[in-house]
Amino acid sequence: MSIEQREARQPWILLTPALTAIGLLLIVPLVFIVVYSFWLKSAAGADTPGFFLDNWQEALTDPFYRDILLNTLKIAAVTTVACALLGYPAAYFIARSRGNKMVLLVLLMLPFWISYIIRTMSWINILGVSGALNSALIWLGLINEPIQMLYNETTVILGLTHFLLPFMVLNIFVSLDGIDTNLEDAASSLGATKWQGFLQVTLPLSLPGLAAGGLLCFVLAAGTYITPVILGGPRDAMFANLVYEAIIRQLNWPLGSALSLLLLVVLGVLVLIYNRYLGMAQLAKGLG
Amino acid sequence: MDDTRRYERLRERFQNGDISRRNFFGLLGAAGAAYGLQMPFARQAFAAGDVSQVRFDGWGGVVSEAFRKYAFDPYTAKTGVKVVDGTFPGGDEYLALVRASQPGEYNIAHLSGVFDYARYASFDLTSELNVANIPNMANVMPALMNAFKTITPDSLSAAPYDYGTTGLAYNRKFISDDEMKEKGARILIDEKYKGKIGGWSDWRTRMWYAALQTGQDPNDIKDVEAAWEAVRKHRDLALKYWASGAELMSLLAEEEIHVTEGWSGRIYALQEQGHDIGYYDPPNGFGWQECLFVLRGSPMAACEELLNFMLDKDTSIAVAEGQSYPPALDPTKVDLGAKIPKLPAFDPTGTLAGLTFANPDYWNGNEAEWSKEFGRVQRGY
Repeated sequence: MSIEQREARQPWILLTPALTAIGLLLIVPLVFIVVYSFWLKSAAGADTPGFFLDNWQEALTDPFYRDILLNTLKIAAVTTVACALLGYPAAYFIARSRGNKMVLLVLLMLPFWISYIIRTMSWINILGVSGALNSALIWLGLINEPIQMLYNETTVILGLTHFLLPFMVLNIFVSLDGIDTNLEDAASSLGATKWQGFLQVTLPLSLPGLAAGGLLCFVLAAGTYITPVILGGPRDAMFANLVYEAIIRQLNWPLGSALSLLLLVVLGVLVLIYNRYLGMAQLAKGLG
Repeated sequence: MDDTRRYERLRERFQNGDISRRNFFGLLGAAGAAYGLQMPFARQAFAAGDVSQVRFDGWGGVVSEAFRKYAFDPYTAKTGVKVVDGTFPGGDEYLALVRASQPGEYNIAHLSGVFDYARYASFDLTSELNVANIPNMANVMPALMNAFKTITPDSLSAAPYDYGTTGLAYNRKFISDDEMKEKGARILIDEKYKGKIGGWSDWRTRMWYAALQTGQDPNDIKDVEAAWEAVRKHRDLALKYWASGAELMSLLAEEEIHVTEGWSGRIYALQEQGHDIGYYDPPNGFGWQECLFVLRGSPMAACEELLNFMLDKDTSIAVAEGQSYPPALDPTKVDLGAKIPKLPAFDPTGTLAGLTFANPDYWNGNEAEWSKEFGRVQRGY
């Protein structure tokens, strides 16, 4: 074997473990789900194999699924905006701080050491009727009776923002950290105020990070189901909850498969749009 | 010969020069690969041969604590067989897990209701217990045994273990005993308590209580649309659908909700903790029995031994007192002590004639339609 041939083979040899893992853990299960989505649920016992379009017809034409999907996208969008508004100043502060940058980054990563479910449940102790906030407000004499703050769409968005904020901050930080600060100095020397320098130089250059963080937050928010279960009221549900209910509660795996694929396609289209205009390289930087 | 001894022999052969370094590391690698490959299937293999552990799945919280403390730990100490106990929030979730697993991966489940027994039978998940290996089964109430025999007349896959009710739980600080008795199940759709009402996110319980609220027989709902309207009304007045016993207890204890339907044992546990929570079984309240269901592919001898141990009078009473649900033992045959007769839903006659159980044919027959419909109603439809 020539050296050229050996060199040509090397990347594939190195990629083999990763490709095998992706094939076995992602592609094969996905194919199973696709196949399952065309089966039919039996009233009891095993499902009926075959090629039936009933589940897809139901998923695509029933307004119930369309409404929940739109509501899911709305909640994900609001969460993403909240993360961006809260995350940008934090990322800017970390990127421009001197000396303690590593400490701040470690602090940013600290929440990942605690289970997402525990972090979500912590809001019950903060916002509950006998939680910290109500107790403080009563103690301060600002209210006489506890305020009902939990179990609504706002608390679902709050929980999601809490969960996703570090992803946004990290992506923006990576973008801001790569901007040459001399550019801001140059803007100042040309007569721009600090605010003008930020708006016309720093912000545009950091937009790829903001977009990468936005995509991550949006996709993760749209695919979640735990947060509405813990912090939502009886009506609050996101699309993933419907997938969970179809598969786990109703034992309707074929319909659940079709619904999960529908969500996958919708989010996949968003990722493709992002990739078309901004490319995936920025996302890789933020995740790295 | 154990693995350590095998490794020592291999190392000796390598050090003596009997095998090359390449072969030595090759054999070590092969041993590692073989170990890794056999792990996922070890449980199934154990099912056919020596059994060192049995998998048990239950409802978590105080119930699992009682099982662990009073049954599993003493059983392991006595036999050396470890009981690995997992938890699930509901029978539906567990059935989905079992359906996706290999036979033998899950062994024994603490299932609720005869309708669960029927559902597992319909999915061909039943096993065949040798009752001769479970002599303590003789002390179980015949009423509980007969319910299973109607579904699998020729064999038995489960041992009845306890029973209870899903009644009305209310905070006495806000709702008096008299008001509760007067309003019964309709208190869950009383505008007066809007935002302070809870409920289990289980379609059966929702429909059962909707039947009571609309004056219908839960095992024969004639006006189904009226029942769904009651479910919708409850949904609009409720603050939260709880999804587990632990969440039920937390919502009541923290006073997030003032009234909900609840599981008798969990409410008793709250009362024991000092919370002023009342419990009331309305007429035709939801009665249920729980069983220890042995799944197909499980190590039967070990499971039967564990079931017999758990049905032993002392074990059964200790677990019942711990989880606050009366045991399946016949009170006319076995002295159940002083505490158990005080537990909610306890029937001293051993006939359980005073409790209304779900008709498995009726409820399983409506499962596909009603579980799906509840998913929609829950979301505002």
